[in-house]
Amino acid sequence: MNSTLVIIVVVVVLALLIGGAYNSLIRRRNEVDNAWSQIDVQLKRRLDLIPNLVETVKGYAAHEKTALEAVISARNSAMAASSDPHAQAAADNAVTGALRQLFALSEAYPDLKANQGFVSLQEELANTESRIAYARQFYGDAVEAYNTAIQKFPTVFIARSFSFTEREFFEAEDAARVAPEVKF
Amino acid sequence: MNDLISANKRRTVLLMIGFVVVVLLVGVAVGSLLGNGVTGTIIALVISAVMAVTSYWKSDSIALAVSRAVPADETEFRRLHNLVEGLCIAGGLPKPRVYVIHDEAPNAFATGRNPKHAAIAITTGLLATMNRVELEGVVAHELSHIKNYDILVSTLAVTLVGTVALITDITLRMMWWNGGRVSRSGDRGDRGNPLAIIGFVLLLVSPLIARAMQAAVSRRRETLADVSAVRMTRYPPGLISALEKLQADRTETASASMATAHMWIEQPLSGVKDGGRLGMWHKLFNTHPPLSERIALLREM
Repeated sequence: MNSTLVIIVVVVVLALLIGGAYNSLIRRRNEVDNAWSQIDVQLKRRLDLIPNLVETVKGYAAHEKTALEAVISARNSAMAASSDPHAQAAADNAVTGALRQLFALSEAYPDLKANQGFVSLQEELANTESRIAYARQFYGDAVEAYNTAIQKFPTVFIARSFSFTEREFFEAEDAARVAPEVKF
Repeated sequence: MNDLISANKRRTVLLMIGFVVVVLLVGVAVGSLLGNGVTGTIIALVISAVMAVTSYWKSDSIALAVSRAVPADETEFRRLHNLVEGLCIAGGLPKPRVYVIHDEAPNAFATGRNPKHAAIAITTGLLATMNRVELEGVVAHELSHIKNYDILVSTLAVTLVGTVALITDITLRMMWWNGGRVSRSGDRGDRGNPLAIIGFVLLLVSPLIARAMQAAVSRRRETLADVSAVRMTRYPPGLISALEKLQADRTETASASMATAHMWIEQPLSGVKDGGRLGMWHKLFNTHPPLSERIALLREM
């Protein structure tokens, strides 16, 4: 009688522990997904700003065709890029590089620089870029917490049996580590 | 860094338990003086529960109103809004309500009960003196208070300190007037009753104990928030130089009061100013660690 009671208690406690660990893994995994979609939101916001920017610049510096086309093609390939961290990062770095070239060129056009629309677009883009960086940082933190959780003892057994797999870190490509070269 | 965060969280929990114990002890002391321990304890618990519930729902609007904070205009304070939004993304927090306080002294605080119902307030003095990275450090510090649920802890701490003060005050007054059913335990009849004497002493010192504990909770939270702020911005020099500017600044925050002192990023009232050496006694009741200590800690990271 007494030993059955002990067994019941042990089983209940174990079930609660496993359930709690499982739930916390689910929570962390959802946080990783959410963090990833946050990056997407900010990246999309940046891509949405680009057509406006191209139109504004065209009004003042239409003959800077190469720079404008570089931005447009970088945007198009970023729109088409698959959503795994590496492909996305590569496409996004191309956009960043092309945009920097365009802004560097704009230094030569005082009228363009004085245009209110251009100024606010430039600000918006700079802001969005810093948000992308923050969103990536948060994604990195979320992945770190999740990966650590599923590798740690004893949660590792629960993670294995419910097939929680490790997530990929976002790693800055070499292009992002070195500031892009700006040619005049 | 992670160890520091978890150690601080543990200490905060211990201190909260300590608070509850103090409230209970006060209840027992009141009870023993009134001749009925159970009644006293129940009264103390009821009062603290009522206070806790009220402050849980209302503390943020009270704190903001007391400090004369007004909602920050989206266009006028665009820079501040952008900065808060960016850091919220980094910390994975919903954007809190943003307030400004028209005050020359650079200072800031966060309030609310959870990340979804939170607000940060920043003085115009802070906006004027800080550059972007410094402002980022300060905002990240305040957002860390939100993320670590410090805002709730500090609310509860205030409530419990207030409750202890209230109960001891009422009891001491009742004893002073010796009216009603206040026990004769201190009277000639049973002057040997040690419980009553202990209870009396406890009543006298418990407000002090509660204040010291409030200060201790607050000091831990400040250090923890500094560390997590740097985690958020990934740039220690920003917060370091912001704290150095605060250290150099000697203006008092006019919008702060004794009651809200522990909420601000820098100790807002003079008298116990940072920088200079603090005696043991001051250290015990200080709501903030000295800025020099905080800066030194950040430098080590």
